[in-house]
Amino acid sequence: MRTQKVELTINGTTYSGHVEPRMLLSDFIRQVARLTGTHVGCEHGVCGACTVQIDGKTARSCLTFAVQAEGHDIRTVEALGKQGALHPIQEAFWEKHGLQCGYCTPGMLMRAEEFLASNPTPSREDIIEAISGNLCRCTGYQTIVDAIEHAATLLKSQTAEA
Amino acid sequence: MKPWPFEYHRANSIEDAIATLGRHGEGARLLAGGQSLIPMMNLGLATPDLVVDVGNLSDLAYVLVEDGVLRIGALATHNTIMEADASASACPMLVVAYHSVAHHTIRNRGTLGGNICHADPASEMPLVLTLLDASMVIRGARGERVVAAGNFFIDAFETEVEPAEMLTEIRIPAQAAGEGYAFEEMSQRKGDFAIVSAGCRLSIRKGQMTNVRFGLTGAGAQTRRMSVVEAKLEGAGPDDRLLAEAAELAVVNSDPSDDIHADAAYRLDLVRTMSRRVLAAAVRMTAKQGAL
Repeated sequence: MRTQKVELTINGTTYSGHVEPRMLLSDFIRQVARLTGTHVGCEHGVCGACTVQIDGKTARSCLTFAVQAEGHDIRTVEALGKQGALHPIQEAFWEKHGLQCGYCTPGMLMRAEEFLASNPTPSREDIIEAISGNLCRCTGYQTIVDAIEHAATLLKSQTAEA
Repeated sequence: MKPWPFEYHRANSIEDAIATLGRHGEGARLLAGGQSLIPMMNLGLATPDLVVDVGNLSDLAYVLVEDGVLRIGALATHNTIMEADASASACPMLVVAYHSVAHHTIRNRGTLGGNICHADPASEMPLVLTLLDASMVIRGARGERVVAAGNFFIDAFETEVEPAEMLTEIRIPAQAAGEGYAFEEMSQRKGDFAIVSAGCRLSIRKGQMTNVRFGLTGAGAQTRRMSVVEAKLEGAGPDDRLLAEAAELAVVNSDPSDDIHADAAYRLDLVRTMSRRVLAAAVRMTAKQGAL
């Protein structure tokens, strides 16, 4: 199988690998960059679990080939926070029980970050529409909406302090 | 699921893309935003042996109004078009319809050009562009041709674009001042594929409906503009009984089939209800704009 060198910038770090053109960005992120925070669900763009950001905008990493992403800036959930130093949106998901099994969470977080940046004071309806492309099979969504609402408050107070 | 193996070429210009397609022949596919092609490849429904990536041709990502025409570069993303002032001022129906098109994340990468070249019969934009009398600019090795939307969409997943050609621009004449328009859709989850969608635009002059455009998706195997419904309304006064009769005519001319999302009987119910809704809403809108 013909491979080619692909070099991607993920969370500010350059990762390179010799991969087939058909390698999905989601697989590059998990298997080449070994960043396993990004989850893979349906692999045809329906579930939203693999959502990352490309040049600041959310994208399904399963609907992008790794070769397409060369020269673009990729951000995954690992860029948000880490244990002991959670991002305010992660803190809000934790506090409001915005997850159970956690499979959809990385996609939800990446979408929530993009959404709250463009709409810092959303209504519940705005939030529901914003995450309509991300499936969750555990929570029934209400606690995810609660979490994003709470995250908006946390981010606002953070901005006020700064 | 993973796509079948393929060769990859990143095009650095339109000319390069067209030349590469021409050299390779059938079996090559253009890749723009990939939001239709890549799912098909992941599911094994599309197995191109060469993928020509035109996604980096940012010169084709414009949305602008020139001489009363909204000009959209084939690589403008859905969100770019939806949020552009040019779209809102020249073709507000396009913006209204965009609220039913996919989810935000898909609209971030999906392009209008790719969407209409894919020509999924369940997709909204082929219908909307047809109702807006849009035309498409297609470039090939021998130059450019312009094809009206009515001729561009040949059948499900089939358009006028030949294997060695590329769609470069979508042109939509600005909607007339005072025009009424509506677009509605029923889907299982907002942003998912429509079970049925309906669109309508019309003007009212001296109490008579004119320039009526009406069509549906999900009412048969193809997206269709229903000229028989348009003809019934053209030149008539917009009374409720006539609009109801027009909706019945839409039902009679629909031929939906059962699938996992809805059976044919339910689709016909939706055709009736949504046809009445969009017709009434378009008439109401002209009234609001003081045209009655």
